[in-house]
Amino acid sequence: MPITHAFLLFFIFSSLQPTLSLYEDQVGLTDWHQQYIGKVKQAVFHTHKTGRKRVVVSTEDNVIATLDLRRGEIFWRHVLGHNDVVDGIVIALGKYVITLSSEGSILRAWNLPDGQMVWESSLHGPKHSKSLLVMTNVVIEKDNVVIIFSNGRLHAVSCIDGEVLWNKDFEVESLKVQKVIQPPGSNFVYVVGFAASSHFEMYQINAKNGELLKHESAAFSGGFSGEVSLVSSETLVALDSTGLILLRIRFHKGNVSIQQTPISNLVEDSLGPAVIIPSSIMELFAIKINAVTIFIRVTGTGKLEVVEKANHETAVGDALSISEGQQAFGLVQHAGRDIHLTVKLAHDWGGDLLKESIKMDQQRGLVHKVFINNYVRTDGSYGFRALIVMEDHSLLLLQQGAIVWSREDGLASIIDVTTSELPVERAGVSVAKVELNLFEWLKGHMLKLKGTLMLASPEDIAAIQYMRLKSSEKSKMTRDHNGFRKLLIALTRAGKLFALHTGDGRIVWSLLLQSLHKSEACQHPIGLNLCPWQVPHHHALDENPSVLVVGRCGPSSDAPGVISFVDSYTGKELSSSSLVHSVAQVIPLPYTDSTEQRLHLLIDADKHAHLYPKTPEAIGIFQREFSNIYWYSVEDDNGIIKGYALKSKCDGTVADKFCFGSRELWSIVLPSESEKIIATVTRKLNEAVHTQAKLIAADQDVMYKYISRNLLFVATVAPKASGEIGSVTPEESWLVVYLIDTVTGFVLHRVTHHGSQGPVEAVFSENWVVYHYFNLRAHRYEMSVIEIYDQSWADNKDVWKLVVGKHNLTSPISSYSRSEVVTKSQSYFFTHSLKAIAVTSTAKGITSKQLLIGTIGDQVLALDKRFLDPRRSVNPTQAEREEGIIPLTDSLPIIPQSYITHNLRVEGLRGIITVPAKLESTTLVFAHGLDLFFTHFAPSRTYDSLTEDFSCALLLITIVVLVAAIFVTWVLSQRKELQDKWR
Amino acid sequence: MEKGKGVMGSGRRWAVDFSDNSTAPSSRDIPDPPGFTRASVDQDDSAVSRQKKDAESNWKAQKAWEVAQAPFKNLLMMGFMMWMAGSTVHLFSIGITFSALWQPISALQGVGKVFEPYKDNKVDLLGPKLLFIALNLGGLALGVWKLNTLGLLPTHASDWVSSLPPAQEVEYSGGGIPL
Repeated sequence: MPITHAFLLFFIFSSLQPTLSLYEDQVGLTDWHQQYIGKVKQAVFHTHKTGRKRVVVSTEDNVIATLDLRRGEIFWRHVLGHNDVVDGIVIALGKYVITLSSEGSILRAWNLPDGQMVWESSLHGPKHSKSLLVMTNVVIEKDNVVIIFSNGRLHAVSCIDGEVLWNKDFEVESLKVQKVIQPPGSNFVYVVGFAASSHFEMYQINAKNGELLKHESAAFSGGFSGEVSLVSSETLVALDSTGLILLRIRFHKGNVSIQQTPISNLVEDSLGPAVIIPSSIMELFAIKINAVTIFIRVTGTGKLEVVEKANHETAVGDALSISEGQQAFGLVQHAGRDIHLTVKLAHDWGGDLLKESIKMDQQRGLVHKVFINNYVRTDGSYGFRALIVMEDHSLLLLQQGAIVWSREDGLASIIDVTTSELPVERAGVSVAKVELNLFEWLKGHMLKLKGTLMLASPEDIAAIQYMRLKSSEKSKMTRDHNGFRKLLIALTRAGKLFALHTGDGRIVWSLLLQSLHKSEACQHPIGLNLCPWQVPHHHALDENPSVLVVGRCGPSSDAPGVISFVDSYTGKELSSSSLVHSVAQVIPLPYTDSTEQRLHLLIDADKHAHLYPKTPEAIGIFQREFSNIYWYSVEDDNGIIKGYALKSKCDGTVADKFCFGSRELWSIVLPSESEKIIATVTRKLNEAVHTQAKLIAADQDVMYKYISRNLLFVATVAPKASGEIGSVTPEESWLVVYLIDTVTGFVLHRVTHHGSQGPVEAVFSENWVVYHYFNLRAHRYEMSVIEIYDQSWADNKDVWKLVVGKHNLTSPISSYSRSEVVTKSQSYFFTHSLKAIAVTSTAKGITSKQLLIGTIGDQVLALDKRFLDPRRSVNPTQAEREEGIIPLTDSLPIIPQSYITHNLRVEGLRGIITVPAKLESTTLVFAHGLDLFFTHFAPSRTYDSLTEDFSCALLLITIVVLVAAIFVTWVLSQRKELQDKWR
Repeated sequence: MEKGKGVMGSGRRWAVDFSDNSTAPSSRDIPDPPGFTRASVDQDDSAVSRQKKDAESNWKAQKAWEVAQAPFKNLLMMGFMMWMAGSTVHLFSIGITFSALWQPISALQGVGKVFEPYKDNKVDLLGPKLLFIALNLGGLALGVWKLNTLGLLPTHASDWVSSLPPAQEVEYSGGGIPL
């Protein structure tokens, strides 16, 4: 048995039953949790009652939440499924929130104070259509009624119990309903829409019983386009199909009349087609031509007049009835660094109810949405508060000219995360802001000591706990010895970069990327990828680290790319550029230049590789390694995996020495009738592997791990079985798993799981891959492990040769030279379905690994890799037991204490990222979804550091007391001896 | 302290020195008692003492052999203890193994000292010494063997390869599903 192994055994013994759970008072010491809701789509205020003032919101991430209006905290929140999109919310009876979701087919009522679901009813209809939710004041048999148009059918549903009271179909086949309107104080509703694109249809329906009262239609040869604005309960404004003529449609008393007004009559220098901003303000609507917003009044006689042309970016809110017949609406305009919030009365453009100017952070971008709410001040006048949604998806409440609170809800939609080190602590750099003075330090230590000696009162314990949680040590802006303090840099869907401090999760800086900003050249920019660009260490320590953000203008893969470099200390955009080529893949190369900038290859849609940074030095490094660089692409729609080598020149384009052509080397064509690629996974580029040898304690043997960065795991399923679980029988579904060398295209291993089905979640680390799938025969989820070993080195077993160094184990290896591999695999049942899977990573790769499993319940579960060891057997020998092999069981255990998220949930979990700390035992875990969660995790416990509750003061005091005692007894004994001598 | 007390308490009155065995009577004031001849004592004793010395050297040689054989018992006991300790690494087995290693080493260091009391120009200590050394070396070997069974000696290939870093790869390939 080898030395290292014997010492390892110590650790195994000490962690045979790893208690990964934590004590109650350890919660929040190293972990933090942040809750978000996503970009707000609709907001309804609830401020009438005397209770807590709140706002109910629905978001683009399918969240329904109520927020405290005072602080912006979440009272309650429900995350609907990813295909359960919220179409509308209303508050009914002052105590229910009614939501329409899932393309208008599910209607739910939630209790407003606590968020409990009261009822749910499903609405069906003949065809797919726009979904509209209208709260009415119609009462049928004491039931308040909500009217829903969805799936081509009109439904009236009771607010009390969700019972469908009546429904009504429309006979016109192509009817596209635009609005459902209930004129105030009436018992009927208007359902208006367009049919066959050139007919306007109006139905008047009795709201009590669904009886059709009137049906009128009017033809307009020019056709209709886009949205409509409601300017009174019986008048609509729409645009013709060219977007040049405004149509005022009046359906008063069943008579439909269409009045045309060319926009050029109203606006002299109108350029191009207009778009209607949908609203329902009395006698007023807004259109947008290019970037200019034009407000147009509709007078009682049907005349249109322009009241204002706003050249700045403007957002218009919906109307709010403030008193009998009076409507107010909110308007936010940008003016330089400020935004102007204006609340106007609908019928009186000149008279502003409120005009406030608020300084706005430039990194929040433009205002996208405004929701206003009024309250009565103590002097009886109206005050207004406005909830605004910004371009970066943040949510702000404005009141009395100030931002009351803000929520960074952009963090609910993280696309990619990377980490960056913090600055090194230097004499010149002042970080003293958070330092404690000596007295406080002493006081803290005295308190801690009291706690250790169990002398502390409850107040003291509370103070100790507060001190531990608010420890300044963890939120400093400098590097620490253990590498716990880092910056998490996250790219969000809104094109904003956030840098979060790992200590307490606060936002250190944020940057709305200009390159991912909507512009003339780039209409629909999306962020794709975030890579560490420059990680200075050793000789380039003076430079700040930076990250590379890669984006694309538009959703198609041949849209031109954009790149941007951002300093990770300051959050400033160093440079950005729009690329001439598209971006299909970003490949970080394992080479850096003299300033520690990492070389990257950007592959475009034409399979040209573009080298970055574009410096002569980079090209020099690249030319040296040119023949050893390959790339591959997985075309998952047609089931082909192709490998390429690079050519020295780009073909066809102008001379560009940073552009290289591609030469196809190999391709693996999977039969499209039997296999469809559903998952691929590779090893992490920066994963540290300590050793290539796997020690088999039982027969004191060595196996050599097949460690290669160029391995690709591919999972395919039968095309029939790519749908939902249970949609196929076990006989017609299978799962095939490949391990492919991406340099040569050699298939190292292939295994078929009959009767199994996706979705497949997999993780690849060192020489093993663990994947999760559904076994249709057993009706259970399964997790399988494949470990790959290299046979070609197996004869390196002569101790004397190894002692004198005569072996080939450290000589460079080529994918072309070796092929002998052995795999060991095993499958286990697992209870949960997964959302994400990751593996811990430590600085040197010595610490044993644990899998981090994002469960369906949005929690992160740690599972020791030893449970997924293919060598587990029913009766392991004594030696195997000592090695840590667990007796075989058919299913993997779920130990409740090993949830690293303890009692928290990371709603909408999408990804788990592990980053090694400098301390070998510890890995930093960041889980993101709607919520963010961060914690430190020690897979084999913190064997290399003292625990947090270790009292240094007690140790010091003990030593001091002991030394003093030795001194005193020495003096005493001397004295005694002297006395004795004199006797 | 006793001595000091005596001095302090009563003081020295008289003393007799029995150790005086000088042969010259002239040096003494008092003549020898009648019938006492100094020379005859020596002459009589010489035969007895030779006999005594022979017995002593025999006894010394015997003792030396006994001492030389003593590690054997130790060896047996050590073997028993090692068997009891088992082959897993824990505090007990490590303690035993290290004491099994330390005892022979310290014994070997003090070979001269052990046989010091039996040193005699008539006694041949080479045999016992060699036996002693051999037995101790045997003990040492037992300790080393135990160390090996505990896996604390680098005698397997795994001990030499586990610290080797993974080999460098010549080629590099990146890519994946297009973004």
